[in-house]
Amino acid sequence: MINYNKMIFELSNEGRVGYSLPRSSFNNYNIDDLNDNLKRKSELLLPEVSELDVLRHFTNISNKNFGVENGFYPLGSCTMKYNPKINEEMASNKAFRNLHPLQPISTVQGALEVYYNLQKYLSEISGLYEFSLNPFAGAHGELVGLMVIKAYHQDRGDFKRNKIIIPDSAHGTNPASTVVCGMEVIEIKSNDKGRVDLESLKAVLSDDIAGMMLTNPNTLGIFENDICEITKLVHDAGGLMYYDGANLNALLGKVRPGDMGFDVMHINLHKTFSTPHGGGGPGSGPVGVTEILSKYLPNPRVKKLDDYFYVENSGEALGQISAYFGNYLVALRAYTYIRTLGKENLKMVGRYATLNANYISKALKTAYDLPIPGYCMHEVVFNGLNNKDTDVKTLDIAKRLLDYGMHAPTIYFPLLFPQAIMIEPTETETKETIDEFINVMHKIAIESKEHPEILKQAPTKTPIRRTDEVFAAKMMIFSYKDYLEYINNRG
Amino acid sequence: MFKYFPHTKADVESMLKTLNISSIDELFKDVPESVIFNSDYDVPSYLSETELRNHFAELSKKNQELTLFSGLGIYDHYQPAVIDALTSRQEFMTSYTPYQPEISQGTLQYIFEYQSMIQTLTGLEVSNASMYDGATSAAEACFMACGVTRRNKMLISSTLNPNTINTIKTYLNFKGIEYDFINENQGEIDIEDLKQKLDKDIAGVIVQNPNFYGIIEDYSNFSELIKTNKSMFIISADISTLGVLKSPKEDGADIACGDCQSLGMPTAFGGPTLGYLATEKAYVRKMPGRICGYTHDLEGRRAFVLTLQAREQHIRRSKANSNICSNQSLMALYVTVYLSLMGRNGLKEVNNLSYQGAHYLYDQLIKTGKFSDPFNKPFLKEFTLLTNISKDTMQTALLENGIFGGVNLDIFGDKYEGLVNFSVTEKRTKNEIDNLVKVLEGLS
Repeated sequence: MINYNKMIFELSNEGRVGYSLPRSSFNNYNIDDLNDNLKRKSELLLPEVSELDVLRHFTNISNKNFGVENGFYPLGSCTMKYNPKINEEMASNKAFRNLHPLQPISTVQGALEVYYNLQKYLSEISGLYEFSLNPFAGAHGELVGLMVIKAYHQDRGDFKRNKIIIPDSAHGTNPASTVVCGMEVIEIKSNDKGRVDLESLKAVLSDDIAGMMLTNPNTLGIFENDICEITKLVHDAGGLMYYDGANLNALLGKVRPGDMGFDVMHINLHKTFSTPHGGGGPGSGPVGVTEILSKYLPNPRVKKLDDYFYVENSGEALGQISAYFGNYLVALRAYTYIRTLGKENLKMVGRYATLNANYISKALKTAYDLPIPGYCMHEVVFNGLNNKDTDVKTLDIAKRLLDYGMHAPTIYFPLLFPQAIMIEPTETETKETIDEFINVMHKIAIESKEHPEILKQAPTKTPIRRTDEVFAAKMMIFSYKDYLEYINNRG
Repeated sequence: MFKYFPHTKADVESMLKTLNISSIDELFKDVPESVIFNSDYDVPSYLSETELRNHFAELSKKNQELTLFSGLGIYDHYQPAVIDALTSRQEFMTSYTPYQPEISQGTLQYIFEYQSMIQTLTGLEVSNASMYDGATSAAEACFMACGVTRRNKMLISSTLNPNTINTIKTYLNFKGIEYDFINENQGEIDIEDLKQKLDKDIAGVIVQNPNFYGIIEDYSNFSELIKTNKSMFIISADISTLGVLKSPKEDGADIACGDCQSLGMPTAFGGPTLGYLATEKAYVRKMPGRICGYTHDLEGRRAFVLTLQAREQHIRRSKANSNICSNQSLMALYVTVYLSLMGRNGLKEVNNLSYQGAHYLYDQLIKTGKFSDPFNKPFLKEFTLLTNISKDTMQTALLENGIFGGVNLDIFGDKYEGLVNFSVTEKRTKNEIDNLVKVLEGLS
């Protein structure tokens, strides 16, 4: 049914129902009694379909998706590892799922215990003092972490510190979060090894620096080997160090951000701690800080006294950044993952992820342009093909991979290399899968010489082919209502 | 060996040989020795699947599942079984953000259908693909108003949910945007106070419907005032109630925001839910988050893609209007499946059943003589009463009967002292309501 081509609205037939609601017990009351000027007058454009219609529709469209269980998913910077089934089973537990966030704390001790212990485990794994699990996603965590930094400086009466240093290789969320937090970005160039250039860093350090955001390994998959010097320089200048945890998977079991001198960080639970990406969320972006900064973490906060867990709203906190405890059930999945691995297996995650990325790096550099020689960490970045005498671009390579039943790597990021291909295999793939990927990549390199038109046309075996993005941006058809108007106007 | 790490000893050896090294640790040679973590984490030892299930069985005993008469943003509505069956499909659950449209049409199509449903419920022209929750979508709506008007001050209704107010305050404080509050009068916004505070600095006015007390406010006269002042009118609304209540568009709003938890999601200790955000097309370039648009592929087949991405952080970086990247995509599937099943009639019926139960409970509580209504205003599924019963007495008695309700609003601040909230959805039976009343009747 890969050719299934309906929208749910197109299945609608007036009078059909897909629900069963309880019969009314209170016929003395009716919502029609509300004053007319409070009531909706416009019609609702919602489908009327049967339960089986709904199941078939969404099952059919799901078949046009590619999930981690469909095949290899080497999206760089996204850590598309296996999302364990047991995590889902635990998150579907009604004793957690049916809790109201305002319930008396005596009735939610189990839920608070999971929250509290997960933040403890993350603190230990990160080498930091305390975490808040409230931020909803990585970018939200960045914003909250920067708020902590700003609150710290302002609390000391140091209002001049309003600038955040960010390397040019950083994720786009870093500068965006900084501006949303009401601070300015100072971008510094990377050196020819793709790392922070110490002289450039020194040149921008001054008493208006609030801090520096850094991903380590950086977005090129390279470890910042001057990290101790970097954190010392920033600290000596009175700034704080922010660790963007997007690439934490490389370090799991091997290096702790706190030990490198970072003061604040976020973790993407949907990357490093195996919670599903959900087609773009819900993720979770817990924020961790050193002891001196812990009082600024957002409300509400989960605390423990003896064996009793309670919820606190502190006046010293930076405020609220969510209604309640963030994406709680996502955190519960990460808790399940950590308990499943235990200390014995957690320490192997970064090692296997790094082994796999280096194995790919070595195997592909004969055909693909490896701009930064040497070992990478959990991901490797190529700059297109070695053969530059071809029209074949990174986009074509990525699209061709889809024909071979694999997800494309991240492309055109980081921005430092015009034809960037960023490959992150994760630790959960077999050697056979990785070898197959390597073979396919070599096949594509050969095709680029012998049959470049195949790559230009790719993909051809997917549910749809390349799309007209200009049309989408120009026509701005964002809803079924827009679509109907478009069809009617077209005649 | 461990179930999530497939490499055998032979695999590792062969890979190391390819790399001409003798141990994986050699790959970490760029890491300074001083920061290598050489010990085990101080976290518990691994659990087998059976041990893990037993562990959660123990944890579960420390939670109490209660009959919920509590609302204030998180409601105990009916969740059709179909939702779990579909949202747990790995094709939806484990896939990434749909940046490769050729193999992401499943996600892109449900986002388009979700946007269509939010569009029709709010009446506004364009919905984005989702925000984190109702509170953060309200904060981002305020940013949007400032972006569109190039002004730097917000007016916030005092009848907003305090969680939303607190979140907006945090966002505005850090971004350096000013704000003031519009006073309330008898549980509703004081329109005279609004008139007084509207001036040329005001980027936008944000109100909530039904408001924090559960009151359905009549905002008919607001939009003209606000538009005359060239400010943006933002309505934060419980999306489920828009099946029957006046849409933000009908009230003249420029932006609608709020939470979608009431459309098929569990209470989930508060999350994940989903924040929605909708506006008119004229403002779409200042809108945060992802937007899905209709197009076609090379062969003319119907297709959906993420569009207008030049607004977003991964392109615009420090010039983006918002830093949002991941949203709550899978929760948008909950909404889409729920609304597909319910249709407009089901949604109306849900609201009517909730209305009936809530009004029955209201009348019964007033009859006990222990509760009074300080407002006497129209409401839908939740309402606020004044009582002299001490909060501890009430909570203890209800918990003994497995009930959570009559939420004390004073946890949100002193101005709410003595006020309690009750919320009734279509899930609450007459027996459950009568039982609640019986418990409260006996208290003093």
